[in-house]
Amino acid sequence: MGIISRGFQGRRRDAGDRLPPGQYLVDDFPVLSAGPTPRVPLDRWEFAVDTEAGQTHRWSWAEFLALPQETPTVDIHCVTKWTKLDTTWQGVSLDVLLEDVETAADYALIYSYGGYTTNLPLEDLLDGQAWIAHRFDGEELEPRHGGPARLIVPHLYFWKSAKWVRGIRLLNEDYPGFWETAGYNNYGDPWREQRYEGD
Amino acid sequence: MRRLVWRPAELISCVAETESARTLRFRVPGWPGHLPGQHVDVRLTADDGYTAQRSYSVANPTDGDLVELTVENVPDGEVSPYLTEVMQAGDRLEIRGPVGGWFVWRQESTAPVLLVGGGSGIVPLMAMIRARRLAGGRVPFRLLYSLRDPARRYYAEELRRPDPGLDVTYLYTRSAPEGVSRPARRLMLEDLAEGGWPASFEADCYVCGPTGFVEAAADLLLALGHAPERIRTERFGPTGG
Repeated sequence: MGIISRGFQGRRRDAGDRLPPGQYLVDDFPVLSAGPTPRVPLDRWEFAVDTEAGQTHRWSWAEFLALPQETPTVDIHCVTKWTKLDTTWQGVSLDVLLEDVETAADYALIYSYGGYTTNLPLEDLLDGQAWIAHRFDGEELEPRHGGPARLIVPHLYFWKSAKWVRGIRLLNEDYPGFWETAGYNNYGDPWREQRYEGD
Repeated sequence: MRRLVWRPAELISCVAETESARTLRFRVPGWPGHLPGQHVDVRLTADDGYTAQRSYSVANPTDGDLVELTVENVPDGEVSPYLTEVMQAGDRLEIRGPVGGWFVWRQESTAPVLLVGGGSGIVPLMAMIRARRLAGGRVPFRLLYSLRDPARRYYAEELRRPDPGLDVTYLYTRSAPEGVSRPARRLMLEDLAEGGWPASFEADCYVCGPTGFVEAAADLLLALGHAPERIRTERFGPTGG
């Protein structure tokens, strides 16, 4: 046991085994962003997948909405310590979006309207682990929470779930994103408490 | 690769800022130093090994092994009531950091600076103001500090003292002191137009506060023509704990 803080009791909330180390439960939905919230008109919105071979696959908003939809209910974990259980999203699985994409890439760089980027191994986007979501809790996704659409990859800290997502670049080599070059962990597994560089 | 370790931190003194906030000064042996605007993780451990962690912005510029935090008591919180009401000089906790390489001011920068703080969002901005003063910086700073009423001012005495090149404007949202001509109201476009810098000055803007405040301030700065890449934000929700 580390240093004891004299007189500290804590207020324990039982989350069973669903709370990663160092996290605490919240009921609201805090917002964290590095800059202003971009506003993206739907008639100019597009989502793209760029392969390492230079091919680009694009979806307009209408084409994106016409894809098979899923409504995952997941727990989300922010690196700033809050965890929110049972959040319900609606969107398109990355398995669907990447189905017809030919690639041998190992890495993905997610890029957003407004310039944000984040990186992760491509395999973390596959097999029912990630979605491009456009609805939260039955409502249209608000701009402050990443609308029109954001990535949801709930098994990693939530900064990987890029807001205002615009596309995915598939790469042969890893390319660290915005927070990953500002002192945060390159992978960000909440269950191994990989918050910062070197964790 | 740099690794952030938990370090024991001893509370050496504390000062009440308002009825509900206090500044805690810790000695953290081995502290590597920090940039103004960065934050730290704080870990409390109870007798039985139960732990709780939270993040707090650092209030002081880097100063050997001293780390100052200003903490607002969140009435239903788990950690902040301990820090603001229970903890006494000589008590210990653990600190890890510094964290965050984006919401920071670097003294090499020559751009004018606009600081926009809402409530306890003043804390990392104060670290920037103090770092500038300590370095004898010539870069002009303007601070717009939005808060409910005069009793909620942090660092009131220090911000009253002359600090050449720093302009301080208070923007009250609920009740303004007598003699202040601006009526108490939320942050408006003209507040940023009058108290900030023209967009053509290409100032670096730092906005920190509760989410709604930061959203509003950042949108207004965009409307005034400030470039989005020059607007850095730090937000916290109502549950800071």
